[in-house]
Amino acid sequence: MARIELKGVAKRYGSVEVLRDIDLAIGDGEFIVLVGPSGCGKSTLLRMIAGLEPITGGDFFIDGTRMNDARPRERDIAMVFQSYALYPHMDVARNMGFSMEIRRRPQSERANRVKQAAETLGLSALTERLPRALSGGQRQRVAMGRAIVRDPRAFLFDEPLSNLDAALRVEMRLEIARLHKRLGATMIYVTHDQVEALTLADRIVVLDGGDIQQIGTPLELYERPANKFVACFIGSPTMNVVPATGQGGTLTLKNGTQVALPHTADLDRAAELGVRPEHIDLVDAEDADLTGTVDLVEHLGSDTNIYVNIDNVGMLMVRRRGNAPNRSGDRVFLRLQRENTHVFAFDDSALGHVSVKAA
Amino acid sequence: MSQIRTHPLATIGKYTALALYLAFALLPLYWLLKIAVTPDRLIFTDGVELWPSELTTDNFRSVLFKTDFLAYFGNSLFVSLGTAAATTLIAAGAGYAFSRFNFAGKRIIIAVMLVTQMFPLLMIIAPIYRIVANFGMLNSLTSLIVVYTAFNIPFATFLMQSFFDGIPKDLEEAAMMDGCTRFQALRKVIFPLTLPGLGATLGFVFTAAWSELLFALMLISKNDAMTFPVGLLTFVSKFSVDWGQMMAAGVLALIPSCLFFIFIQRYLVQGLTSGAVKG
Repeated sequence: MARIELKGVAKRYGSVEVLRDIDLAIGDGEFIVLVGPSGCGKSTLLRMIAGLEPITGGDFFIDGTRMNDARPRERDIAMVFQSYALYPHMDVARNMGFSMEIRRRPQSERANRVKQAAETLGLSALTERLPRALSGGQRQRVAMGRAIVRDPRAFLFDEPLSNLDAALRVEMRLEIARLHKRLGATMIYVTHDQVEALTLADRIVVLDGGDIQQIGTPLELYERPANKFVACFIGSPTMNVVPATGQGGTLTLKNGTQVALPHTADLDRAAELGVRPEHIDLVDAEDADLTGTVDLVEHLGSDTNIYVNIDNVGMLMVRRRGNAPNRSGDRVFLRLQRENTHVFAFDDSALGHVSVKAA
Repeated sequence: MSQIRTHPLATIGKYTALALYLAFALLPLYWLLKIAVTPDRLIFTDGVELWPSELTTDNFRSVLFKTDFLAYFGNSLFVSLGTAAATTLIAAGAGYAFSRFNFAGKRIIIAVMLVTQMFPLLMIIAPIYRIVANFGMLNSLTSLIVVYTAFNIPFATFLMQSFFDGIPKDLEEAAMMDGCTRFQALRKVIFPLTLPGLGATLGFVFTAAWSELLFALMLISKNDAMTFPVGLLTFVSKFSVDWGQMMAAGVLALIPSCLFFIFIQRYLVQGLTSGAVKG
């Protein structure tokens, strides 16, 4: 178990700056998910925590001890790789026990720990197999087993599920959640999949372009995104964003529609209005903010996605519970849920929300 | 479900081509063996007959017991094994560095190594002779090992580098996360996976050194330091060529090469790394 702290951590390759001024304090036993589009620096940050990538600026602490220059073995952190990175010439048991073999722990202790881990992960029947004789899901389990056998101070996961098929991914996601609950260990998990992020994390760190965009619990990010990037990145389907101008507590869309938002601060700085598909209601003509024509309808069973072409504004996506009867070509009337709207300024920051944005 | 059938003629054609190629490639070896077991007096009368009219082991016996062949053989073995070991060791280290590290001058070193492979060896025989002579190392087997090692390192390094490149970096990093130092990761994880590469390099360098004639001829003139290819020439005397014994010696000289390859071929079997990462 460990507290991990990053203060102003940066990463530079020559003159290229990949990570800037990262401040992050991870509590003991916390499950942190680093999420962001590819190239945002999330894997680099994880590798810097692991000790596989030199830290070129700032300070890095584990349990209060500065560890910037400590080698991976001195940090006592386990890592699960995206490629699993199982040792092909060792059987499952030796793969899992390798860290203890290196540390010269007694054979009996090693065998015990491996047996325990194998049982927890349902690998008992496979301990004598070589990695090449395992399926993708089994390899994934062995990789996790290798991490838990040695009881490290913290666990790192680098997109561990991205090589698995959809069904297996859900199963392994649950497995990881259970593992965290049982071990209560500090875990840092990198993914580009927001579903994994939202379901697993205690707190999510959203990265983009080498900067932390926002740190918060899954609900905080969903309900109070700090900026347009986070708003659009978190939540599926993605948020509708349309141009708007604000004046005196009222927001005006391009087609002249006025939406009163008295609780949004600084509305004069408004540039765009964001509203999630699930926060737009279909209403009768007299209550409507907007009128439009249904362009396309997607039936998902539990929900229906309706793409509505709003006159002079553009396309909005509306999500309705259940199987909605709307058909393409229908005229529909929409009302935005006032309490769930987001207003963004010209610099893409969100207005009127308590911002947790770092630096 | 109908299987795709190949036309019988295509099959016949394929095997004919294979047979022709094999005959072409193996005929000289067969001829070597044939002359080795043909009694001397029949070599010219038998001419191009495929099968000797009489078989004998006299040639082998006289090569083994009446000539210095065994000494040449031992010298060759010493030089070839020494070269193979030294070259592979250095090439493995260099190949690992080229594959895993970025350092100043890496591209230049690689370019220079490539350049050394462009010149015909004939051009540098004289300077090499002078250098070796100045060191007082003429007629020593060590000089051969040094020279052969120097010549083989570039190619062997490229070979080893490509084997290291084929081993995912993740494996080392996983090992280091598991508590290994870089060297431990190399020894316990990377080295066992490089065995096929080491085997191939060893085999390649061994055969190259085993059959090298030019430098051995230049640098060695004393009988007791002769390697086998130089020794073969002693069967050519001023007035006659002892074909039978020469061929018998040649057959014997093939044995270590063959044994060596039989020994390492199991390491050459690929697919050892499958299952390491996503398959």
